[in-house]
Parts: sequence; structure tokens; C-alpha cells
Amino acid sequence: MNNLLIRGGRVIDPANDFDGVADVLIVDGKIAKVAPDIKSSAQIEFDATGKLVVPGLIDMHVHLREPGQEAKEDFISGSKAAAAGGYTTVATMPNTSPVVDNAALVRSMVKRAEEVGLVNIKIIGAVTKGQQGQELAEMRDMIAAGAVAFSDDGHFDDNAKTFMNALDYLHDTGKLIICHEEETSLVKGGVMNEGKRSALLGLKGRPTVAEDIAVARDVLLAEYTGGRVHIAHISSARAVEIVRDAKKRGVKVTSEVTPQHLTMTDDLVNPADASTKINPPLRTQADCDACLAGLIDGTIDAIVTDHSPHAPEEKDREYIYAPSGFPGLETSVGVLFTELYHTGKIDLRTLISKMTAEPAKIFGLNAGTLSIDAPADVTIIDPELVWTVDAKNFYTKGSHSPFVGRELKGRAVATIVRGNLIKEEL
Amino acid sequence: MLGKSITAMESFSAEEIRLVLDTAYKMKQTIRRGGDKKLSNLRGKSIVNLFYEPSTRTRTSFELAGKYLGADVVSINSGTSSIVKGESLRDTLRTIEAMGVDAIVMRHKSEGAADFAARVVKPVIINAGDGAHAHPSQALLDLFTIEQRKGRLAGLKVAIVGDILHSRVARSDVYAMTKVGIEVHLAGPKTLLPRFFDFDGVTVHESLEAAINNADVINVLRIQLERQQAGLFPSTREYARVFGINDDRLSLAKDDVLILHPGPQNKGLEISSEVTYCEQSAIQEQVQNGVAVRMALLDLTLNGGDTK
Repeated sequence: MNNLLIRGGRVIDPANDFDGVADVLIVDGKIAKVAPDIKSSAQIEFDATGKLVVPGLIDMHVHLREPGQEAKEDFISGSKAAAAGGYTTVATMPNTSPVVDNAALVRSMVKRAEEVGLVNIKIIGAVTKGQQGQELAEMRDMIAAGAVAFSDDGHFDDNAKTFMNALDYLHDTGKLIICHEEETSLVKGGVMNEGKRSALLGLKGRPTVAEDIAVARDVLLAEYTGGRVHIAHISSARAVEIVRDAKKRGVKVTSEVTPQHLTMTDDLVNPADASTKINPPLRTQADCDACLAGLIDGTIDAIVTDHSPHAPEEKDREYIYAPSGFPGLETSVGVLFTELYHTGKIDLRTLISKMTAEPAKIFGLNAGTLSIDAPADVTIIDPELVWTVDAKNFYTKGSHSPFVGRELKGRAVATIVRGNLIKEEL
Repeated sequence: MLGKSITAMESFSAEEIRLVLDTAYKMKQTIRRGGDKKLSNLRGKSIVNLFYEPSTRTRTSFELAGKYLGADVVSINSGTSSIVKGESLRDTLRTIEAMGVDAIVMRHKSEGAADFAARVVKPVIINAGDGAHAHPSQALLDLFTIEQRKGRLAGLKVAIVGDILHSRVARSDVYAMTKVGIEVHLAGPKTLLPRFFDFDGVTVHESLEAAINNADVINVLRIQLERQQAGLFPSTREYARVFGINDDRLSLAKDDVLILHPGPQNKGLEISSEVTYCEQSAIQEQVQNGVAVRMALLDLTLNGGDTK
């Protein structure tokens, strides 16, 4: 019998409404017991005194870049980055080369994820063939092959009829569509938030209204069709308001936000360094504040990293030519604890829930909880550990992040996937 | 200013602006003295002009400025270099650096490209235009031209009209002019004005008349024809009628209003031929002053400004 005892940590399990000092016993890859002072002859004991013991973190929005873009990331480097950051489950987006838009590719990615086997990798399929926004992809075949959700992430599906068809077509499956919300014509050529900073820098803007229009359309189509939409990386205050109102009306809409959109503004954009270039872009303090308020009041369900690594030479170039996105798996816990928890802006239970129980619920995964017999995915966080972000220590292949150089307080110190303590083996 | 990269007007102090203008005044006398114009201030120094976008006046102006100061100047045109083979900007810069150059004068489509260059290589970087961000030597030559004609800078009212949104000249002028106490008014159709432009000492107008009313100087920006194709205004004819600078509109400004234009002009679009060639137009002088100002910048950054 393979077992592991996590001793003396503060266990926070939002799904079971539990918060207290306890031991966690793992037997054969499953949670066997959560109680104080468990007597056990466990093979391995992990002393978690002074640390937080939480369900394995789930990131429902990452880009592991397989197939085809292995210079940016692959399942091995991405899995290591996830484990190092405290994530036990990640869902990877289909905007790869080729696009994951058919069952054969989903199957091969599922198989590849099992082979690598470090963390749980879930596969998100494309909504439309080639993510071109024209013809629906074979989504039901992809569901049969193991796809957990669908997305044309990276861009907005401009054709409302196609998008409505996708919602109708998936209706009885219960699967959701994850939507990148920026109306295309309004953001064409744009590289940062349209605001005071872009006006002075001369960099072309991506206005919040592009996001607001897209969110409003998709929420209305979800309402009209009864379909499920999930708003990816929400970043605009008005968009948060639109989702809040829709939820009040009972629309089947959920949403997610990234650490960067919660804590960084466009004032940080330096045109000499493309690290801050992401889509949707870093907005203003008012938008950050609205996202945080939405996170706390339940308008926003999940925190995701939108981990989007690029090869260093791709990102280390002119601002307008550099690709959008930066790696986030390894900095997320540190940033969220430093900026939201230690500042008193959010309580631990809410924060952990948004990274465990909530995303599990959205995807319908048997994860994100420390319930007895649940898969033993556990993350141990030292909330007081002070460390400095150094790209040289990243497991991801990406290196350019606006968090590089930041001193953070709080870090995942151990990651357990299906009972295996993996972070220390990296 | 020795060793300082000139990437934008943001980082200039009023004193540094003064120093550049005073130095440019001396340089202009050298250019105008006829005969042997060549100085030895930058003898033994090498300058590379790295232009990723087409340019006649700025590139030639920098090239002559370097040569008049005695430097060795090489111009690289992006169309005939390794850039077409896909070499990255960083690698191109490092290659030029490895050849031992003292300054790189750079024009590029991307905002921030000059700051990027200043970050990744050691030679002095002089920004000759980066996208819609900055064109510091143009702003300095605008100030120099205004001061030469008006005898002062502080307290003047300058209207900058046209395509403000895409204009690096406008952005650099705004920083440079407000630092020396000029009151700046921007005007153009709202489609060509940056939204959320918020700057102390600058007023944004959607009507041309409000901006040029009682102006001491009007800086007319170039309208690129592709802006019409992008749907930012319906026709060049209508633009000229509503936003073009012509004799009728000039009457709203002060009698001795000075006309500037960074060139090249689209005559009959943003500016009429009559205004281009009128007595109050300093457009030709701007070109000569451009050489003087660029000589000043090169001398100050590469030589510290000491006269040899």
C-alpha cells in the first residue's frame, strides 16, 4: 500500500466547507482521511506545520503549445511549470499548430498527457474548424475522445450565427464554450489597452468596449439559446457588470480572471519591453478593482493564469511584433498571495475556492476537493515564504513575464498528484 | 548629455533643451558660412543610420549632420540589408555594435523600438522616429525654428493640426513645447485624435478653428492617404475643405502666424500651395534647421559639446 501523510497543516477545502488544522492521509492515490492527529505508519510523512494544505490547484486556461509549437512549451515543460506553481490539473487551449479541432488530435493529446503523466492535463477542443469561425468542428466526436470544453481562444468568433449554432449544437451535452471576448474590428492592430497611456505612447489601443460588446453578445446568445458560455480572462469593469447582471437573470454564464488582470495596469506598459503585451491587455486600476469585486461577489468564478509562454527570441523584440502572452503558472500563487491575500483584499477560502472547487465545478471534474476517495491531488502552500521571481528558475520555456524581478510572499512548496509528491522530484 | 541616448522628449529637461538649441545655433552658423563646412568635433567617431522605414529628409539630414561634424557615417536601408533575410532587430543592433560604432540613428515602425535598442546595445541611440511614439529631433528643430522666427518660446500659442493619433511629431512636440512654456492646442477630426489624451498644458479640439484662433504658430501634420482608405475620413476633398490649412483659415490666427510642416506635404490636402510657400511659412527653414539641430544632438551626445 502506497501512502503519504501530510502532518499538521492548515487544511482549507472549500468544497467541504472545511478550514482547520488537520492531517491528510493519502492511500493509493486517494484521499483516505482528513482529521487531527492521524495515527498512521505512512511510508512518507510531510510536515506541513505552518503551511496551507489545499486541494490541488486547477488552472482551466493554459497554453501548453502542443502540438506544433514546442519551441514555446511542451507537455513536459508545461507540466513541470504547473507542478512548480502548485497546479495539479491544467486545461490546455487548442490554438496550436495544427489546431486541435478533431477527435484524432484530442485522442493523441490525451494519450500524450498520460505518457507525460506529471500533472493532469485536460484537453480543450476548438469550436470551429481551424478556429476560423466558419464551420463547426466535430465537437461531439471530440467529447467522446475526452475534450472537456471548447474554445476558439485567441480570438473572438465574429460570426454570431456560427457561435449561436455552436451553443445550440452543444446544448444537450452540457459542455461549455470558453470565449475570448474582443470584437475583432475594434482591436485590429492594437497592442495595449486604449487609454491615457496608449494615447501618450502612440501604441495602438485595444479598447474595453471591444470586450464589453463581445461579452454582451455572448451572454445574450447564451440567454437566448440556453447554452453555456464561459467568459475567458475577463478584464473590463463594464464586462464584469454585464456578467453580474446576466447571472442575476439566470443566464448560464461563468467567468474567469487572471492574476495579471487583477493586479497590473497599463501604466506598466514599457514599449521597450514586450513582457506586458497580452490579450486582452492590462487595463486600468478601476478595471482591476471591478474584477476583484466580481471575484469576491461570485460574478467571476475562477482564477486562471492564461499561461502563454513564447520562445524568448519571439518575445524579445519590438513591441508591435512580439506575440501576446506570458507564462503564469509559476508566479500565480505568489502574486495572488502577495497582492490579494497579504493585503487583506480577499480571504483564503474564497481565493482557494476560485482555484479549486469552482473550476472543478465548471468543468464537471472529480477534482478540486479533499473529500474521502477523491483523487489525491493536493497542494501545500507556504503563505509566508518570500522569494524573488527569476526567469532562470522557471520550468516553463517562456522567460518574459512582467512579474520577473518581483519579490513575492507565498509559494507552493509541494504538489501532490494522485498521491505522488512531485514538486520535489522536478 | 555625453553618452545619453535620445529616444523621446519625455526624458529631456528644460535645461537640456536650452543646451541643444544654443548648440544648434552655432551649428547653423557653420552650415551657413559657406566654403568648408566640415568640423572635426566627431573625427574618428562612427555613426550608423539604421532606417526601417523610408525617409528622405530625416535620413539625409542626420547623414549630413554627422559628416559636417567629421564623423564617418554609414546608412543602412532595411530593403537591402540582412533585415530582409529575417534578422531580428536585436541581432542587427548587436552586429552593428560589434563593428565599433559610436551611435545608431534609428527609424522604425514599432513604438518603443529606439528604447528597445538603447536597452540591448551600448552605442548612443538617436531615435529618428518610432511608430507613432516619438521623433525628438523633429520636436527640437520645431522649437529651434519657432525661437529663431519669434525670438522666444514661452507664452506662445502653438496649434498642431491634422492626424494627431498617428503622429510621433505631435507627441514629441507636446512634450518639448510644454517643457518650455508653450501653450499647445491639438486639432483634427475626432477619428484622428487620440482618445483619452490628457496632458497638462495641452487642449484638444475637434474643430480646427478653435485651435488656430489667435495662434502664433500652426504646425500642419502630414495626412497619409491610407488613413482615408482605413475609413478615418470619407474623402481627401472633404478633409481639405473642413480641416485643410488655407489662406481663409490663416486669417483666424495671428497676423504674423508661423507655419510649420514636418514634410513631405500633400498640397491641397492638409495644406494649400499658397500657404506652403507664403512668407510666414518656415517649412524650408525647418529643413536647414534640422541639420543644425541634429549636429547639435550628435555633438552633445558623442562629444559632450566641447568645441574643438
